[in-house]
Amino acid sequence: MSQSTPARVFLKGNEAVCYGAIEAGCRYYFGYPITPQSEIPALMSSELPKHGGQFLQAESEVASINMLLGASACGARAMTSSSSPGISLKQEGISYLAGSELPGLIVNISRSGPGLGGIDASQADYFQAVKGGGHGDYRMIVLAPHSVQEMYDLTMHAFDLSDRYRMPAMLLGDSLVGQMKEAIELRPRPEVELPAKDWIVTGKGGREEQRIVKSLFLGDGELEAHNRHLQAKAQALRANEVMAEEVALEDAELVLVAFGAAARIAKTAVRMAREAGLKVGMLRPITLFPFPEQHLARLAETARRFLCIELNTGQMVEDVRLAVNGRREVHFYGRPPGTGSLPTPEELYEQIRESY
Amino acid sequence: MQTVFERPQSLKDVPSHFCPGCHHGLIHRLVAQNLDRLGLQQQTIGVASVGCSVFLYAYLDVDVIESPHGRAPAVATGAKRVQSDKFVFTYQGDGDLAAIGTSEIIHAANRGEAFSVLFVNNTTYGMTGGQMAPTTLLGQESATSPGGRSAERDGHPIRMAELLAQLDGVAYSTRVAVDSPQHVRQADKAIEKAFRLQRDEGRFAFVEILSTCPTNWGMDPRRANARVAEEMIPCFPLGIFKDTQSQEGNQ
Repeated sequence: MSQSTPARVFLKGNEAVCYGAIEAGCRYYFGYPITPQSEIPALMSSELPKHGGQFLQAESEVASINMLLGASACGARAMTSSSSPGISLKQEGISYLAGSELPGLIVNISRSGPGLGGIDASQADYFQAVKGGGHGDYRMIVLAPHSVQEMYDLTMHAFDLSDRYRMPAMLLGDSLVGQMKEAIELRPRPEVELPAKDWIVTGKGGREEQRIVKSLFLGDGELEAHNRHLQAKAQALRANEVMAEEVALEDAELVLVAFGAAARIAKTAVRMAREAGLKVGMLRPITLFPFPEQHLARLAETARRFLCIELNTGQMVEDVRLAVNGRREVHFYGRPPGTGSLPTPEELYEQIRESY
Repeated sequence: MQTVFERPQSLKDVPSHFCPGCHHGLIHRLVAQNLDRLGLQQQTIGVASVGCSVFLYAYLDVDVIESPHGRAPAVATGAKRVQSDKFVFTYQGDGDLAAIGTSEIIHAANRGEAFSVLFVNNTTYGMTGGQMAPTTLLGQESATSPGGRSAERDGHPIRMAELLAQLDGVAYSTRVAVDSPQHVRQADKAIEKAFRLQRDEGRFAFVEILSTCPTNWGMDPRRANARVAEEMIPCFPLGIFKDTQSQEGNQ
């Protein structure tokens, strides 16, 4: 793209992810079909070859994440996408990416579970995304878009963060933001400085030292040092990369906390509350890891109460409670996903009134 | 003084951690001398699997990616697609390739991915302590088949070289052994052929190598070596099961 005036287009969220990825320089996609993210592999299969890239439909979710691992170890910007049950299958590979310090984008257009569940908008994968999911003591960058524009922008940002910290990144959307259509601007890729990839395997090519991409550390103290190094990177993310949207927070007595699709609905409820004269605001975490715990801690000094809204039975609320640390009441309202179970703004407004 | 035998440049001058009598060291040497012979060391990316062979990078002086258990063909697929001008091979054991990674090997072979696969078959899981593998012989005792492998309970040994030969993406599928000097020379030639097929034609080739695990078989190295000829080859016949370059080679 790289034109000065951004193109304005009408896209589905899933399509925006593809254009964001290609604009970010992603040239390899490996995936396996699952609803509700099917537009991503379909569009990548037609678009990537036009940009000199490759689309490969793998035989399984397990294979696709490991193809991503191989491509990343060889220096490419690469991605995979799936939905909840498929992400469970990818967890082994995600853990290896984390252990091997490999970047890569995993898009989860999540659906409802457990098990086969359904394809409705759901935030039931919050724990799996931010608390590990795979084995071992690792963290992963997790970004949560709530609009089609953010599906585009945050895809590009996820690639940059992933390269900068040599850590896998997940874009955690859901079927609402994946399937809805909005007019967005296809902005040019932001110019960012990234460290040179002086660790990738290329064949020695005359180099003195061989390069090894691995996650096995058996020598005395080696694994402990490696894990401390991984945690130091997570700490740097917490210090430098937190993103959150603040809505009407300046004098808020009740603070809603919601991300993704739930935040979209909650925003309308907050507006209704303001129109009714209630001092209500909202904090929308955009990075789920790193979590905006400092924002919440600061808000706990002034707000009276918190209300966490989720499309599940209570997952992020645990992190909200940790951040508020007992200083204020934290209420929760969530609905487990299923057809017809998406809360309405009126329903959330009632919750606001009850918690106010 | 004339040098008639020396360490290949691609093989590091380091002590081996493998058990006495294990064939991994010998197979590593065959890999290294073929990388040297074909001038591939500087452009090679090895993909190590999980198990005794995970330390590939400790012995071969090439770039290496370590892959999750069984997933080496998927990792190699990603690597080769990105660096298509490089030489890529996987090095996998039987638990890795014929059990947990069956799906990955079959589909990479079927796609005709342009890398080479070395499959070390010693009829057991070595690193985890000698459990039953898909290649364990009928009647063979293992940590998880006390009293011997039973066809009724456990199924039959899988013959991967024959199985993969059925797939259109495969240029060459063969089974060799390293239990005798003659067999070692055949194995050397098979690896060379597989590597040439990738270097010159970008083709997928599969070399199954019958080998020993004296420690988990509970045998001294000499007895273990003899077992390859006496018990393994009758079940896993040596030969070329597919060779797209030579119709005569097909069985």
